[in-house]
Amino acid sequence: MRKILIPLLLGLLVVTACGPRLPATLTVMTHDSFAVSEEVIRSFEEENNVKVTFLASGDTGTALNKAILSKDAPLADVFYGVDNTFLSRALDADLFEPYRSPLLKDIPAEFQLDPQFRALPVDYGDVCINYDKAYFAEHNLPVPQSLEDLTRPEYRGLLVVENPATSSPGLAFLLATIAHFGDPGYLDFWRALRENGVVVVNDWETAYYTNFSGSSGRGPQPMVVSYGSSPPAEVIFAEQPLEDAPTASLVGPGMCFRQIEFVGILKGTKNRDIARKFVDFMLSVRFQEDMPLQMFVFPVNPNAKLPEAFVRYAQIPEKPATLDPALIAANREKWIQAWMETVLR
Amino acid sequence: MKDKRFFVAAALPLPRKTGFLLLLPAGLFLTIFYLYPLARILSSALDARLLLQQATWNTVGRTLGFTVYQAALSTFLTLAIGLPLSLLFARYEFRGKSLWRAMMTVPFMLPTVVVAAGFNAFLGERGWVNLTLMRLLDLQKAPIPFTGTLIAILVAHVFYNTILVVRILAHTLEHLDPRLEQAARVLGADDWQTFWQVTFPLLRPSLLAATSLVFLFDFTSFGVILLLGGPKFATLEVEIYVQGMHLLHLPLAALLSVVQLLCTAAQAWLYSRLLNRVITPFSPRPAAANIRPARRWREKLFLVGMLSLVVVLFLFPMVSVPVRSVVRMEAARGERGQVHYGLTADYYRELFVNRLSSLFYVPPLEAARNSLLYGLATVFLSLILGFPAATALARGNRWARGPDILFLLPLGTSAVTMGLGFLLAFRRAVTSPWLVPLAHTLIALPLVVRTLQPAIASIPPRLQEAAQVLGASPWRAWRTVEWPILRRAVLAAATFAFTVSLGEFGATLLLARPEYPTLPVAIYRFLSQPGGLNYGQAMAMTTILMAFTTGGILLIERLRSPAGGEF
Repeated sequence: MRKILIPLLLGLLVVTACGPRLPATLTVMTHDSFAVSEEVIRSFEEENNVKVTFLASGDTGTALNKAILSKDAPLADVFYGVDNTFLSRALDADLFEPYRSPLLKDIPAEFQLDPQFRALPVDYGDVCINYDKAYFAEHNLPVPQSLEDLTRPEYRGLLVVENPATSSPGLAFLLATIAHFGDPGYLDFWRALRENGVVVVNDWETAYYTNFSGSSGRGPQPMVVSYGSSPPAEVIFAEQPLEDAPTASLVGPGMCFRQIEFVGILKGTKNRDIARKFVDFMLSVRFQEDMPLQMFVFPVNPNAKLPEAFVRYAQIPEKPATLDPALIAANREKWIQAWMETVLR
Repeated sequence: MKDKRFFVAAALPLPRKTGFLLLLPAGLFLTIFYLYPLARILSSALDARLLLQQATWNTVGRTLGFTVYQAALSTFLTLAIGLPLSLLFARYEFRGKSLWRAMMTVPFMLPTVVVAAGFNAFLGERGWVNLTLMRLLDLQKAPIPFTGTLIAILVAHVFYNTILVVRILAHTLEHLDPRLEQAARVLGADDWQTFWQVTFPLLRPSLLAATSLVFLFDFTSFGVILLLGGPKFATLEVEIYVQGMHLLHLPLAALLSVVQLLCTAAQAWLYSRLLNRVITPFSPRPAAANIRPARRWREKLFLVGMLSLVVVLFLFPMVSVPVRSVVRMEAARGERGQVHYGLTADYYRELFVNRLSSLFYVPPLEAARNSLLYGLATVFLSLILGFPAATALARGNRWARGPDILFLLPLGTSAVTMGLGFLLAFRRAVTSPWLVPLAHTLIALPLVVRTLQPAIASIPPRLQEAAQVLGASPWRAWRTVEWPILRRAVLAAATFAFTVSLGEFGATLLLARPEYPTLPVAIYRFLSQPGGLNYGQAMAMTTILMAFTTGGILLIERLRSPAGGEF
């Protein structure tokens, strides 16, 4: 019996393998904040006769952890969403294979942080302090022009920040202060900020929706660490059409930290050609123009036009803070620990 | 306790072989979906060198200390409120009882982000309690500090977990033989003496089960600590998340997971030792024998007082969510001052619109359907696996103690760690939607077993013996004697399994496929972007989730009171 069965099964396998060719599947592993328009993805699928599946794998750190843990037998072909604060970890873990996309020639050098083309920049966003315009107008208060200003008595208790140990914008803002004041100077700044009544919460949702007065939460603080793209989001997602954004960002020199997000082809992919095409697609104008309204980030491709709301309400800082990813990777834990000792204990 | 055993004989111990067979399905399930992934992640992440560093032990010591401290306080408070509430539900008849009970169950599945927002709207710095007090007393600052205090953590834990105590205790209380208490009274005991000397000893197994569960939920608390406690507090679970996912320090995260696991095992061991000591089987009576309306003024006062407490503790924090979902708060931005309120259905209407034509848009009905399907599958799976296991554990002798501990462990295991373990163990299969109810069952199973176990243990074997003497087959004896008694406990267990699944406990275990979103997933999506419309839609979606759970629970409550003699 067994003698017949095995060839039979093998035969069946061969037949199924030679049957009509189903479209290949490309799997993209990403974080939970990833979003894209349906038609944009559909057009890629049709052009390349491929089905694209997304795996939402938690927040940025969690998704990266999952990619690193499964790197011997990768779950996906492409990983999108590692940012410059985690970049070195991803590169050290040897997750990606290099791919020098032809579209990189359009993309400014300031975004291309990996000279070996393993991680390719897709978008950027600035973590900035948002302020409630009405509060400042009502109290005749000038808005702070620099990080130092935040420690002045007139801004006492007016700022809410996120814990860098639990929140990605929180970490970005901490890095901005490190870039500006240096190490260990940033700790003096935070000590002063603490004395000036800075409020710390663990997550962006609580900071923005509960503590910040400029959002619908009507909370007690008129300044919050959020994104440069939050003011246009307030207009686009307003309860009723708004003439003007209710909030704006503080974009003084060094006050914002630039986050850049990268995509990479996972080592061990079996769909290298399609994966490369997908990376090209992410850098192309079509995808880049779709991103702002879906994820509230800015395109790295200068040929992509920004949506109207972004042009009108988003401020792009002239001198955002940046730090070398290798430096961040080496000091992340130390900086956060020192911050916790200074601000929380 | 031994002297009381003359009442009735202890539960008939099962033969070892039968017990083994009953434990087999659940045991296999736990081995594949719990022990294996856990072993995979711990063996790959643990690093012995860590044990030699002083800093490691500082972190472990500080976090463990706070974790135990807040869990003990929370458990004590939860029991202090849950015990009288279970008396209320077990002994008195009052209007809308199932609705009250359903209302107390809803918190159990609400996403913490929403609960935190609800508590803030109620007790926060700009919550209506503080605003009213400021206006009345003409104060400049909010008089009651809440968010970011230990009090907030304790209150939220009571809010979440009281229902565990109420459901488990009320079941036993309802079925006590009222003649025992009557006898005590005839012999001259007052209410207090009757309770402490007659009722309480009989209640101890259930009390122990409830305490053990509540303690575990508090011990492994994550969202409440993170969102309401704020950055000054960290439990083991929070520290595991921070170390593993933000500092990418997996070895320390794994070590902390082991510490948490060992504590859970110790607690489970203590539980099963104590349980064997305090079990006092009694002849269960139909619930109707114990229930009556409140008559004396003292009883009425108790009823009104307790229900007011329920309103303040459970309704007030939640009510802001549905209210906010239909109220527009146009703050006349740019010229703040007067806030214009208005009723609106916009948020609900907007739920049905994919305004940005996003690939990941979540249609509300589809999310509700997915949640429901996952919930039903979880109920089915956890009962199929849990009922035989609970029987074996309740009737088992010493040999059952090992598996008993195993059954509680998933509750004490860090979700973050398990998620990574799943990934290592199941590889690509980890993206399958079929794994979702399995992951939910992992968390529901301990609850199901713990709910059923004391109920089964308290059935005196002489009932079954009597049935068999009268010629009933074992199956018939089980069906006509035990099932009617256990029916309620089974439904309570089903409710827990359902709410656990709807609340997406352990959702982090898996890699989500955006094609199969659930209600909580939809809520998080809205909350992660700025804008009044997003916030409103999150509140609308949460209201739908609340309505959905209340409906589901009421339906299950219906099942428990069929016409005829009810136990």
